[in-house]
Amino acid sequence: MLRFILRRLFQSLLVLGVVFTATFFLIRLKPGDPFAGEKAMPASVRAQMEKRYGLDLPVWKQYFVHAASFARGDLLPSLRYEGMPNAKIIADSFPVSLVIGLSALTVALGVGLPAGIIAALRKNTWLDYSAMSLAMLGICLPTFVMGPVLQWIFALKLGWLNVAGWFERSDWILPSATMGLIYAAYIARLTRGGMLEVLNQDFIRTARAKGVPGRQIVLGHALRGGLLPVVAFLGPAFAGITTGSFIIEKIFQLPGLGQHFVGSVFNSDYTLVQATTVFYAALLVLINLGTDILQAWLNPRVRLT
Amino acid sequence: MSAILEVSDLQVSFHTRHGVVRAVDGVSLRVEAGQTVGIVGESGSGKSVTCYSLLGLIPQPPGRIEGGRAMFGGQNLLALSEGELQKVRGSRISMIFQDPMTSLNPYLKIGTQLGEPLRLHQGLSKAAAWARGIEALREVGIPDPATRMDQYPHEFSGGMRQRVMIAMALITRPELLIADEPTTALDVTIQQQVLDLIKDLQKRLGIAVIFITHDLAVVHEVCDVVNVMYAGRLVESAAASALFADPRHAYTRALMRSIPALQDKGQALYTIPGLPPDLSQLPTGCAFRARQSEERRGLCLTDRRPRLREVAPRHWIQDCPGCVEGGLA
Repeated sequence: MLRFILRRLFQSLLVLGVVFTATFFLIRLKPGDPFAGEKAMPASVRAQMEKRYGLDLPVWKQYFVHAASFARGDLLPSLRYEGMPNAKIIADSFPVSLVIGLSALTVALGVGLPAGIIAALRKNTWLDYSAMSLAMLGICLPTFVMGPVLQWIFALKLGWLNVAGWFERSDWILPSATMGLIYAAYIARLTRGGMLEVLNQDFIRTARAKGVPGRQIVLGHALRGGLLPVVAFLGPAFAGITTGSFIIEKIFQLPGLGQHFVGSVFNSDYTLVQATTVFYAALLVLINLGTDILQAWLNPRVRLT
Repeated sequence: MSAILEVSDLQVSFHTRHGVVRAVDGVSLRVEAGQTVGIVGESGSGKSVTCYSLLGLIPQPPGRIEGGRAMFGGQNLLALSEGELQKVRGSRISMIFQDPMTSLNPYLKIGTQLGEPLRLHQGLSKAAAWARGIEALREVGIPDPATRMDQYPHEFSGGMRQRVMIAMALITRPELLIADEPTTALDVTIQQQVLDLIKDLQKRLGIAVIFITHDLAVVHEVCDVVNVMYAGRLVESAAASALFADPRHAYTRALMRSIPALQDKGQALYTIPGLPPDLSQLPTGCAFRARQSEERRGLCLTDRRPRLREVAPRHWIQDCPGCVEGGLA
């Protein structure tokens, strides 16, 4: 187990190195540069700026300078936000995304799991059909439709919550609900499928023949296997949810991390692109490791080697 | 001897899109304490459905128990609620199944599964159930039982898993064990070991066994009484000795002729021609008629279904002039 974790962590470093290298060169292939603005910059100022950020060096040299400071844990200053270290940009915005993401995940699991389990247990009844129709609707509805609809109902019509912004504690409710309900739809469908497959297995019949009551069959015998597809899905989904969604942040005017993913690319803010991408990759790699461990715990046939 | 289980006129059907399938039609069975009763027949003859419906294990719907009684210890199993049946299942009547590879829960430790009936039915603590589980594994001949308790089913071979299933079924000391083709999915060498184990435990614990199989050689080896089923109905029922000495019904005889070991070497193996009839569209009259030989087919009943008749004490035969040579006097 420990060896497995250590080896995976080592592999993760390789992955991060590859991600770093790929983004470093790809972002420089994009037309435009960090200092391109509406007004042309005097050549002398530009030269000074480039010198200050080391952009006057040959690209290969820049690569090694940047790689070295990332390896030390220094994510460099932003090229666009004057005097702001990238680390601080992430540290300021990530907690917002994390709070929204975690509560969205709670909504997603709290709604999706029970809906999927009930649909599986009441297969081909009106309960199943209505749960699955709602799930299909949730999957088809984009966030930029679901979000405004919720804003219209709960903020404009009922006046319970703010339409947008990040000022009051209650401001996290609408964005988390929007994101959570859409993920709940996926989770409900995965749970139903997983549970149905397990409930048809011979060992469920064995449990019934042993006199195990229905509820205990679901919780004690079926759930572990039935949740495996959900766990596999949750790993990557978790990273996606907690690093923020650009669309959700735009709709609800949130100071989250998602805006920087998109903004930094538009701005050709080379170092911020680098920082957000590597941060996201690191998170994803860690969460996938957690998912693998969770799956091995759920399914004894999976060996961690 | 008094019967511990007496099934009379059991009727089970499945209501599907393609019509009503009469899976079990008027089956009666009697199991005495300590006895081994065989139910023999081809796939789809209704032998498994008969037993599953006694314990409420057929999916309802589409399955439906249309009639009959199954008296077990003074109560009619078919009239019990699901909650009452749960108290019988795994406690007083246990089952083992055909495929030991899929019948154990791959996500739970052997020890957890093994102790579950004790925890459910006898309210034992986790530790006490675990200790009894070790005993039970030893009883079915699994080496190093304490270590094996902590393992998962995928770490066991097929034969070992079937031993675990047997241990699990018998751990509550039931009065009746229903074994649904327990050796079919196993290697021939393992089959004999498992059969011996069941016979041995049955003798030691004095339990009755219903043995469902399509293998007459197995029946001959373990059963006291044999019920031959065809197309959802009993065609012949007798003490094993009587049945093997003098099989009367054409289907019973055809089954015996199909035992490979009893056939001459170098000859093509005998098989019963044709397939069992579609149970949703049974012909009126004798269900075996279509598979009879040319000369006897004409004698089979076509206008009404043959009735069971007792030709000797506890020897019942479906009375069809085409299927019973010489008729039933």
